[in-house]
Amino acid sequence: MRHLMSPLDFSVEELSDLFDLANDIEKNMDKYAHACAGKKLATCFYEPSTRTRLSFESAMLNLGGSVIGFSDAGSSSASKGESVSDTIRVISCFADICAMRHPKEGAPMVAAEKSHIPVINAGDGGHQHPTQTLTDLLTIRSLKGRLDNFTIGLCGDLKFGRTVHSLIHALVRYDNIKFIFISPEELRIPDYITDMLKEKNIAYEEVIRLEDKMPELDLLYMTRVQRERFFNEEDYVRLKDFYILDKAKMALAKKDMLVLHPLPRVNEISVEVDEDDRAAYFKQVQYGVYVRMALILTLLEIKVD
Amino acid sequence: MLNIGKIEEGFVLDHIEAGQSLSIYHHLQLDKLDCTVAIIKNARSGKMGKKDILKVECDIDKLNLDILAFIDHNITVNIIKDGNIVAKKDLVLPKEIRGVIKCKNPRCITSIEQELPHVFLLADEKAEVYRCKYCEEKFDKMSFYKY
Repeated sequence: MRHLMSPLDFSVEELSDLFDLANDIEKNMDKYAHACAGKKLATCFYEPSTRTRLSFESAMLNLGGSVIGFSDAGSSSASKGESVSDTIRVISCFADICAMRHPKEGAPMVAAEKSHIPVINAGDGGHQHPTQTLTDLLTIRSLKGRLDNFTIGLCGDLKFGRTVHSLIHALVRYDNIKFIFISPEELRIPDYITDMLKEKNIAYEEVIRLEDKMPELDLLYMTRVQRERFFNEEDYVRLKDFYILDKAKMALAKKDMLVLHPLPRVNEISVEVDEDDRAAYFKQVQYGVYVRMALILTLLEIKVD
Repeated sequence: MLNIGKIEEGFVLDHIEAGQSLSIYHHLQLDKLDCTVAIIKNARSGKMGKKDILKVECDIDKLNLDILAFIDHNITVNIIKDGNIVAKKDLVLPKEIRGVIKCKNPRCITSIEQELPHVFLLADEKAEVYRCKYCEEKFDKMSFYKY
């Protein structure tokens, strides 16, 4: 029995199989409509996360399975003081697979250690959010046709953004990826990541202005610059507009560059960009459902011919 | 110069970084053993300038070498029988440390989960970095000495 705790739990070959399956699901949804008939997914969400939870639920329903669960700790036995270990042992009697989100880092791993059913980490605090990374990788592979040989710009909050860190760790396993980190000084990519890139001899640059690097990018991964990350309002006001992607900045980019964003977006991508064919962030949400469907099938070891 | 006598049977921990012997005494739980323990601080050392030494008159099996290796794998462990050194134990960094050090990350599940052991895994042998198995928080070794 396997669990998914980190995007690196799967080898590059296993990820390739997973993405092949997700692409087959995309093309032949009907074929998979009853693949999980009689199976139940438990969504154990100890903190609210509407998009991730609904994506998991949608994935299971698309596979003909059913869904049980809770969407905040207050409506679960955690409010009575039950441990994660006990909760998962109980849930194991009710469901065939579990997607768990928890504000405490490592909680899904504790669950996996005691579980009789596969556990998927659906986000544990600021630690990991592997299905977001799988979503990002599937989107890139599906729309670009490859996961190697490109230059990716990562823009915004690179210091605290766990999706950015996970994506970098996942992408370094592929050949000839160049990273361009675009952020204010205050939100620079952590040293341990640039140290890792240096050690692996992977090309990267750090810049402050998004416009300067737009023409070089094959992919642009946008994240939100949050006001609360700044020490003073003045710095925030000075820097926030640097990182608003609009039509003018898009005009500098390659014709086939893709824009990704883990969502929710606040104001870092102008709505005028939504109409641009290169805006891939809503397609990314759709790929999130396909990859979760593929993941559920893989962890339940269900094969569809 | 102060002289401490030989022990007949037990072990001598030599080349302890000066000032760390009490921390090691504590973490090896030598206070719980009913045997003779000599703590020598700031002994002169040709190699280190100053060093600490611990002499413990008890069975070597009672010593948790994993903890000792984690604290400082450069410590020399001499096994004594009949007043003579009969063997030296090499200390190797343990792959896993269970229930000895605590994860200080308040966001880690170990901070709330009932009776969950604190487990650290060796993440980088060269840099001697241990990370919490659950949240991957790096363990700050300096905090270990402040027992």
